[in-house]
Amino acid sequence: MTPNDRKYTKEHEWVKINGSIAEIGITDHAQQALGDIVFVELPNIDDTVSAGDSAAVVESVKAVSNIYTAAEGRIVEVNESLDERPELLNENPYENFIFKVEFTKVDENALISAEEYDAFVESEA
Amino acid sequence: MRSYVPNTEPERQAMLKEIGLSETEELFSDIPRNLRLSRPLDLDKGKSEIEVRRIFKAFAENCESSMPVFRGAGAYRHYIPSVVPKLSMHSAFYTAYTPYQPEMSQGMLQAIFEYQTLICQLTGMDASNASVYDGATAAAESMLMARDIKRRRKILYSAGLHPDVQETLKTYARFAGMQAVSVPLFKDGLTDREALVKELKDSAGFILPVPNFYGLIENQAEIADLVHEQDGLLISYLNPISLGLLKRPGDSGADIAIGEGQPLGMPLSYGGPYLGFMACKAKFTRNLPGRISGETTDADGNRAYVLTLQAREQHIRRDKAASNICSNQMLCAITASIYLAVMGPGGLREAAVQSTQKAHYLAEKISSVKGMRLRYPNTPFFNEFVVDSDRDAKKIDKLVKDRGLIGGLPLSYANKGDNGILYCVTEMNSKSEMDTLISALEVSK
Amino acid sequence: MNSRSTIPLLFERSRKGRKAFDLPPIDVPKTEHPIPAGLTGGEPPLPELSEVEVVRHYTALARRNFGVDDGFYPLGSCTMKYNPKINEEMPSLFEDIHPLCDFETAQGALDMMLGLEKALCEITGMDKFTLQPAAGAHGELTGLMMIKAYHEANNQHERNIMIVPDSAHGTNPASAAMAGFKVLEIKSAPDGGVDLEALKAAVNEKTAGLMLTNPSTLGLFESNIKEIAQIVHGAGGLLYYDGANLNAIMGIVRPGDMGFDVMHLNLHKTFSTPHGGGGPGAGPVGVKKGLMPYLPKPVLAEKDGKAFFDYERTMSIGKVKSFYGNFDVLVKAYAYILSLGGEGLREASENAVLNANYIQKKLSGTYHIEHDRLCMHECVITPGELSKYGIHTLDIAKALIDRGFHPPTIYFPLIVKEAMMIEPTETESRETLDAFVDAMLEIAEIAKADPEALHAAPVTTPVGRPDDVAAARKPVVRWEENE
Repeated sequence: MTPNDRKYTKEHEWVKINGSIAEIGITDHAQQALGDIVFVELPNIDDTVSAGDSAAVVESVKAVSNIYTAAEGRIVEVNESLDERPELLNENPYENFIFKVEFTKVDENALISAEEYDAFVESEA
Repeated sequence: MRSYVPNTEPERQAMLKEIGLSETEELFSDIPRNLRLSRPLDLDKGKSEIEVRRIFKAFAENCESSMPVFRGAGAYRHYIPSVVPKLSMHSAFYTAYTPYQPEMSQGMLQAIFEYQTLICQLTGMDASNASVYDGATAAAESMLMARDIKRRRKILYSAGLHPDVQETLKTYARFAGMQAVSVPLFKDGLTDREALVKELKDSAGFILPVPNFYGLIENQAEIADLVHEQDGLLISYLNPISLGLLKRPGDSGADIAIGEGQPLGMPLSYGGPYLGFMACKAKFTRNLPGRISGETTDADGNRAYVLTLQAREQHIRRDKAASNICSNQMLCAITASIYLAVMGPGGLREAAVQSTQKAHYLAEKISSVKGMRLRYPNTPFFNEFVVDSDRDAKKIDKLVKDRGLIGGLPLSYANKGDNGILYCVTEMNSKSEMDTLISALEVSK
Repeated sequence: MNSRSTIPLLFERSRKGRKAFDLPPIDVPKTEHPIPAGLTGGEPPLPELSEVEVVRHYTALARRNFGVDDGFYPLGSCTMKYNPKINEEMPSLFEDIHPLCDFETAQGALDMMLGLEKALCEITGMDKFTLQPAAGAHGELTGLMMIKAYHEANNQHERNIMIVPDSAHGTNPASAAMAGFKVLEIKSAPDGGVDLEALKAAVNEKTAGLMLTNPSTLGLFESNIKEIAQIVHGAGGLLYYDGANLNAIMGIVRPGDMGFDVMHLNLHKTFSTPHGGGGPGAGPVGVKKGLMPYLPKPVLAEKDGKAFFDYERTMSIGKVKSFYGNFDVLVKAYAYILSLGGEGLREASENAVLNANYIQKKLSGTYHIEHDRLCMHECVITPGELSKYGIHTLDIAKALIDRGFHPPTIYFPLIVKEAMMIEPTETESRETLDAFVDAMLEIAEIAKADPEALHAAPVTTPVGRPDDVAAARKPVVRWEENE
């Protein structure tokens, strides 16, 4: 089940907003498509990111995926446990964020609901 | 005409027929007629082995390559034990492709893993790649590594770096939109530290040759401190034979160790193929360009090797890859491994010590020739040194050649108007060769 | 029978005090402490072995590796043809020539390079070559730098977009990025070729050029090449030719006549020099007249019957490596060209294309042929119907290993799902092709009857499928003492 407590992008990321902080991670569909994730290249804390930037990179053995941010602002936290255990993104994609942005602006047009995301995945298949 | 096509004409016809064609030309029907070459290629008729041999023998005879050499400058004639080429030219190595199918390439993958380890042992580093084209491209790749690690677009390099390496760096930097800045040498021939400190701010790193082009040995540990104070990386550019004797870069604070691996068992061969080696501290492993072999297991727990960390590379990351390198110098890396395995710690030390000792002997002898003097008499050197004299370097070169020797390199190669000569001595140069050189230099005018 | 085995690493064979080196005693008076103690270190911690142990070790490693001399190696895009033995002998004639000796001393070596350059110009229809680049990707980078320098010299600084089809080798976009271009990927047309409409829409005043492989990575000739050239040139861009697939067209059609401005060759593919387990190769770059001023320094030249290197080139992009190129590889390639001659090169291409079509024909019906028409020197197939038995390209590849064949290139080109790209080359006999086809057909039968058996492949090799996920998650890239 795609959780309803957050928004999604067509790049297969999820965005969860709490006040001025946006948490960003990848969807279950994304982790399945990538296969076994072997490395997550995290951004640096205090990096400023603009909407649409690639802020992190997720690697499997034979593929890479850029993680774009729909939230514009400053990186305030990265999920350091992914350094040691990148497989957390396979095991529990919705419980493991990749980075958090203290945002000044969110690209609302890029965000869709869980239902819309599921329909989008369906249409892409 | 030599043909390596096994199928006979009737067999080819039979195959064409199976495809449903009647003549060879039909195979190319997708190529518009007006584009096709309407004449045979204007090349000589194919030749037999005997004829090909004759042609190459004539080329070789038109070179004077059997003379003793006192020239190094980035390409060194060291002794190559017989075992080295014999083993590296095993057809299962040289006729193989990159080990993309690990189960049938365990030999190559293990050999790469061993090469990586040997380079780490030699440099005191934690990780190495499977090679790049040569020392100059290793320097260029290390510049891009430093850019990505430090997110800075300025790189410093010593004016004592090999001129070809400097030129290559500048080319890569120009197109990468980076600023490559030369740090001048002080009058002792070593890095001008004041100038270095001035440039270091906002630089991704400093490329320091040890020994430098003029044979002089820098103090890496002291330079490392200066570079690290400004949060830059120290990249040491090394002659691997010197590591039999000199302090390892990994023990002196260097972050990345690179160099030209040719002295490790590769002949001069008019400039290639040589070997670019690259090693680094553990935290930069993922920034290394090119192939890397890693240890793992198969499903039954057998130790196995695979190409690993491939998601860094061009075939996956495409335009986002840190480097475009695909083919490398694998066979040269195996050659270097076999050389290091044969030489061992004692042999590498002996080659380095003999080269140093003989170079110091020759330096002393030359500096006692009338009108000749060492340019850097008080700076420690490895196996190369610069001699200045009142006579024209090109004339001296000619004179020495007439005596059957390839003398030192006239330094006008590196700097226009420089009348110095850069001499090199290895364990290959006998005392009698050196005495012949001295007597040639002693001839007045 | 269990084929699995491991062999110790060099380091695990090491025993203190063993040695294999042998140097004569030093014959000059000793200098005391030539280098201050602060700059010297201890002996590097290399392994200690006897000569016979080193020999046995590498011989054992060689037994665990597969080369063209061991058997069929139909790796698409790699042109794994037979490596003639005479070629391997010729470089030793030149091994003592120092790269910085004067031109007089190296005259024969320079003449050899001139001869090779001339032959490459004739084969490709270009005007001048540099032999400096060490590999195909290095050649791409060099050629693209020249395109950049050309536009900059013409005050077209805004031309910074390099167009690359989605079927291209990964090195194409990677090289373009390194040369300072932004990469614009365009989708291929359904027939696998360049989509002319998409190309027209993509070009503009920012276009620096288009990189193209022809025949493409699908093994198909780009029939619209003239139109493509017109579109790109019309927009002010240049055309780059990736020479990876030249083995299909020697003596038949030339990149220079198709409208390409700059190109590289892979001497280790088309011109039979061995791949060495990954290198060294050589990637000479050819250009049309207009790009000659930008060639890397130095440029091979001739005056009064004497060959020399010309360094006085103000517009040059500079050097791209030390010295002049992978000289040994150049020697081998020239020996090959001299052996075959013009007719022989054409014969090689004809048979490369014949062999590929023969395999494609024989596999059609069992496997899915991605583009069911005549191919050039390689064909792209997929498991097709076999997928429904849970069989992937990887399984087929591993099953081929158990039957004594090196698998084709797999999962490339990226635009074909589950691709297998088969390039037999001209140096394989009909029996070898038939045996390969039989193996492929047998694997297809097993896929239907007992797919599990294929998942276990390979079973005849020293190790089974390595765990590459573990290797990448916790990389072990060197041996450590305490292991």
